[in-house]
Amino acid sequence: MTIDWQQALRRHGLIAAFGLFLAAVAVGAEGFLTLGNILDVLRQVSITGTIALGVTFVVVTGRLDLSVGSMLTLLTVIVVDQHNAVGPFGAIALTLLAGLGIGAVNGVLVGLFRLNALIVTLAMLSLLQGVTLWYSGGSNVNVAGAGETWFAVFGRGSLLGVPVPVLIFLGGAVVASFFLKRTTFGRAVHAVGGNETASRFSGIATARTVAAAYVVSGLATAIAAIIMGSRVMGAQNTIGQGYELTVLAGIILGGTSLMGGSGSIWRTVIGITMLGFIQNGLLLLGFEYYVQWLVSWVVIIAAVWLDLAAKRGRVLA
Amino acid sequence: MTDVILSVAGITKTFPGVRALADVSFDVRAGEVHALMGENGAGKSTLMKVLAGLYKPDAGTITLRDEPVTITSPLVAREKGILLIHQELSLSPELSVAENIYLGAWPTNALGMLNKRKLRADAKAALDALGCDFGPDVRVGTLSIARQQMVEIARAQAFNADVVIFDEPTASLTDGERRQLFATIARLKSAGVGIVYISHKMDEIFEITDRITVLRDGQVQGTRITADTDLAGITRMMIGRDLASYFHRAREDFRDEVLRVEGLTHASLFSGVDLSVRAGEVLGLYGLVGAGRSELVETIFGLRHADAGRLIWKGQEIPFPTPRQAVDLGMALVPESRKEQGLVLGMGGRENVTLPHLAMFSSAGVMDRGREREVFDTYRDILDIKTTGPEQPVEKLSGGNQQKFVLAKWLCAAPSLIILDEPTRGIDVGSKSAIHELIAKLAEDGLAVIVISSEMPEVLGVSHRILTMTEGRISGSFTGDGMTEQALIDAVSQPANRAVQEDIA
Repeated sequence: MTIDWQQALRRHGLIAAFGLFLAAVAVGAEGFLTLGNILDVLRQVSITGTIALGVTFVVVTGRLDLSVGSMLTLLTVIVVDQHNAVGPFGAIALTLLAGLGIGAVNGVLVGLFRLNALIVTLAMLSLLQGVTLWYSGGSNVNVAGAGETWFAVFGRGSLLGVPVPVLIFLGGAVVASFFLKRTTFGRAVHAVGGNETASRFSGIATARTVAAAYVVSGLATAIAAIIMGSRVMGAQNTIGQGYELTVLAGIILGGTSLMGGSGSIWRTVIGITMLGFIQNGLLLLGFEYYVQWLVSWVVIIAAVWLDLAAKRGRVLA
Repeated sequence: MTDVILSVAGITKTFPGVRALADVSFDVRAGEVHALMGENGAGKSTLMKVLAGLYKPDAGTITLRDEPVTITSPLVAREKGILLIHQELSLSPELSVAENIYLGAWPTNALGMLNKRKLRADAKAALDALGCDFGPDVRVGTLSIARQQMVEIARAQAFNADVVIFDEPTASLTDGERRQLFATIARLKSAGVGIVYISHKMDEIFEITDRITVLRDGQVQGTRITADTDLAGITRMMIGRDLASYFHRAREDFRDEVLRVEGLTHASLFSGVDLSVRAGEVLGLYGLVGAGRSELVETIFGLRHADAGRLIWKGQEIPFPTPRQAVDLGMALVPESRKEQGLVLGMGGRENVTLPHLAMFSSAGVMDRGREREVFDTYRDILDIKTTGPEQPVEKLSGGNQQKFVLAKWLCAAPSLIILDEPTRGIDVGSKSAIHELIAKLAEDGLAVIVISSEMPEVLGVSHRILTMTEGRISGSFTGDGMTEQALIDAVSQPANRAVQEDIA
């Protein structure tokens, strides 16, 4: 049997490139492949990763959610501020409710009113920046008495040596994967992304399915905000800036198609984690912090290109 | 031979795992209409794409006017004089007719600017030569499908094409438009153009072609002179065996009425439609494209909102359902376009079959894959579906097998009423016959069946009763000996003629 190298490259090219990168960093930077560093990377990706679990549902319906960056900012400000006002329980409950609510607004506009997802969520990104500044009055918020609250466990705790945020991310991935793969809701999400018209002709409530996917995205972002607030014990008005693109880059890198209908939670976990290792590796190699933005760009372009190349069967148009 | 204009010899094309064309040779003469026939997957479209420069053959030669040619892209094909007229037209709706005819080859002046006057004049000449009733300045998006097709044919005229390939050109034309198309083809023919004609419609093939070449499994089965062969002979070549009988009508055993609609009206699409269908009955709905047939059944199924009318389901008046409610009541709609409306192409057979019945194949919201696989296996066997397994994406299957999955997804929930909209469009003879047999069997099993078709032999062959639909109204009802071709033609054409006359006046 002969190996179709072109096809193999398309299918496994990113993983192979990633393997080479890991090897190069391991040689060039001390301490890259140590347990401590690996747990560090996992802790860093747990926030983007948790958001990405929810956004994956939206992407599989063939749509985007660009509002998660400022949603993360607002929800982190809320959880920190309310922690001081009503205590940790109330703050967590309010944050989850707010996340569900914002997701529902996106969902109604995109799903029921059939407005363009890109525009709706981009506008929401902008709106929530405004709401954040209005809510916080422009100043940073901090958890009072950060040393005494059990709220710290979500961002700073660890269980048997594994950071709690990593446990939340991976536990969330198990739950999300079950929903996306095994439930009627997950099947409807795949069907709507694969062929919305055929889904409607099959009696699937397509509008509600899309709306629900945005609610899941909002919920995931709220959980990420709780981790973030707990880890930082405070929030600036720009804390979630740019997360929407990092999340999207991770999802695409995992191989979930932006065209909808295909994709899985485990792909997202792998993609987000790979992205985390790339950024961490570059930092260890001595690159500046802001190189990560360049990395996101390269990853998005490369992954989208490869996705399209696989669809049309060749690399160039 | 001098009158051979195009000849292909020994063309072979292999895709990973499939030999799509194996040593294919045939030729087209000047002034000839040459039919290319075969079941879906036989290699017709691959051959066509090789000729149009979309695929590069692995081996073989193409000779045009006694000169060997290498066709590397559709533009090269056009320059050499080969033009493909796709089933899905490839025009830019926002551009004018003239701009579309010369798309990518617009005449320019000395400064490299578009020479509008020449563009217009040349386009007008091409349109006039074909006898088109519209000018070069009209925006293409405003034209009917038939006229858009004429724009594509005008390209052949404008570029002096030697060979024009038609791929299922009549799939979405009304009967009158089809006549016009045939007249145009005759015109091209008398101008010495060689025409390759691909269609599944046997009556057309026998009406307008001179020779027929049949492909099966990527190989040429033979070329026949149309006048010297017949339907049975061609069918045998296509499927490799005799087809016992073409149509099967269900035994008459009508029971209770399942569905009745009264005065169903949709402001812009149809009005005052009455119909009813009983268990065990096959009701045919015949009409030309655009008569409102699909829109009517989509409204019954809840995909469109009705403006007026009553719906009586098994003797009880019910409000108009949502699609979900329609499915739960026991209605099934096999839509007109299986790729756009019928299937999620990226999903496997298993997931497509259970899609309308997620609640049925799950408990507490969790899908029961074991039962999904069972129902998949059951229907793969009953309907004899050729697939490698429950997860093989249905986009990899032939049209006939895809259509069987669309049927499976509705039959597995044992509906009371099944509506089939153009159930055999674009599928091969073998699968067609299997679907006709199935329709009869479903009625005999006690389902109420509504069959929409624009193929007259089909609707006459399977129905117990036929309603004709014209411009959004029921224009005739026929049973028993009253169901004849002539009766149906008369019923659908009279009001249409009147409309044409009004247009002219």
